[in-house]
Amino acid sequence: MDEARHMSKSIIVAQGISKTFTNKRGSTKVIENINLEVRENEFLCLVGPGQCGKTTAVNVLSGLEPASTGTVKINGKTITRPGPDRGFVFQSTALYPWLTVMGNVEYGPKVRGIKKSERREKAQYYINLVGLEGFEHSYPNQLSGGMQQRVGIARAYCNEPVVLFMDQPFGALDAQTRYLMQEEIIRIWETAKRTIVFVTNNIEEAIYLADRIVLLTNTPTQIKKEYKIDFPRPRDYTDPDFLALREEITNEMDKTL
Amino acid sequence: MQKNKTLLYLILSIVSLALFIGIWYYFTAVLQIVSPKTLPSPVKVFTTFIDKFTNPNPDGATLLVHALSSLKITLTGYLTAIVIGVPLGIAMAWYPKVDLYVRPIFDLLKPIPGVAWVPLMIIMLGIGFASKVTVIFISAIVPVLLNSYSGIKQTRDVHIWVARTFGASDWQMLTRIAIPTSLPYVMTGIRVALGAAWTTIVAAELIASTEGLGFMIQQSRGIYRPDIIIVGMVTIGIIGSVLGLLLMLIESVLVKGRSKV
Repeated sequence: MDEARHMSKSIIVAQGISKTFTNKRGSTKVIENINLEVRENEFLCLVGPGQCGKTTAVNVLSGLEPASTGTVKINGKTITRPGPDRGFVFQSTALYPWLTVMGNVEYGPKVRGIKKSERREKAQYYINLVGLEGFEHSYPNQLSGGMQQRVGIARAYCNEPVVLFMDQPFGALDAQTRYLMQEEIIRIWETAKRTIVFVTNNIEEAIYLADRIVLLTNTPTQIKKEYKIDFPRPRDYTDPDFLALREEITNEMDKTL
Repeated sequence: MQKNKTLLYLILSIVSLALFIGIWYYFTAVLQIVSPKTLPSPVKVFTTFIDKFTNPNPDGATLLVHALSSLKITLTGYLTAIVIGVPLGIAMAWYPKVDLYVRPIFDLLKPIPGVAWVPLMIIMLGIGFASKVTVIFISAIVPVLLNSYSGIKQTRDVHIWVARTFGASDWQMLTRIAIPTSLPYVMTGIRVALGAAWTTIVAAELIASTEGLGFMIQQSRGIYRPDIIIVGMVTIGIIGSVLGLLLMLIESVLVKGRSKV
């Protein structure tokens, strides 16, 4: 198993990335020299205190925003702008409210000009995968928060990206739905393996999900520590080892006001 | 529960309307404390209303002819305003260059009420069809353009990001993201413009016309026929409501998955 992971190739290679925002009042350094490699089909969690720059980090890693210095390579190619090889799951409101579930999920292939029967079939596969069979013709505002997030996941998957970036996708959900969605995303990921970069400020969530946790510092954010998580899945939130690790990371994480 | 509420609402509307007409009737026909020369009873107004369908006197045309004349002018100016205003507003919001050229003129003309154009239009185009259509057009295009503009500006960054990750072109982002986003706002603009157009036509006809509902009202004032004035007012109200309802219907078909703005 370990051997196999060693063999798998790096999908994301970020070298010396930093990001500085400049406005009239001066400049703010948000990211400081991050070096990171993400392996194929790895579930990586970026964890950091609130407002530390996690979102900026994922935006730079995915090419939504250009880095001020350093380079990000995906599959060996340097990226500077968003592209179809990278999928996104934002908070639930990122769905297109004027499109049905089917319309949202098939959106990516449609933009790329995939013909209707083909993209419908693919969209239906991912709609079924996320457990929304029967809701194809519903509009997002008719769905619960958890269901909306399933649509977001199916939409990102349906474009068949190399990497999926998920920026605090369960942040707006209530606790119970959140636990359920954590189970679901692991089930979906185990069925259709992809490289996932998942951002959260919830340590428990990160330990439940990740193959590896990258802990970030306060702004300007840099990598503080990495944790390899080897607990077998499905993981148990109440397992003593789980709890011990949770406490360790909690103590390690920078405090915010 | 929902059905009961709708029924209750309907009953209440009918009761309040009946009460209003009842009081009107009581003061004019029963107590007769208001002279029928000033305010005729609802019965008189109703008989005049029926009579005006066939009787062209005293203002030269039947109610239907007046109404159609007003409608024709209003709809011509109004639809032209939509056809030009919606794309122009969208283009201004999406392409900064268009905004740069059009905005100064638009900002200057925006605060001038449509009716203020009437005297100039009479001199330029006479008191016929063209002058009134132009005035309607000016009144209606302002809300249409403003709402289309701000509708496009509601486009959310995250929606654009998602589209960009899917490789959408600028044109696709405009047509598939920004325009659907703007649709409820565009429809609001179109609804507001209907009100503006309908208000303006009556005002324009009061000042200068040879037919139309505003003209009929104005003529009836001169010969002391308040019953015809009220018939004119009620007709204006009915047509305005019907057009408004029609728009709501169109909106409910076009705007899906969102609550109205």
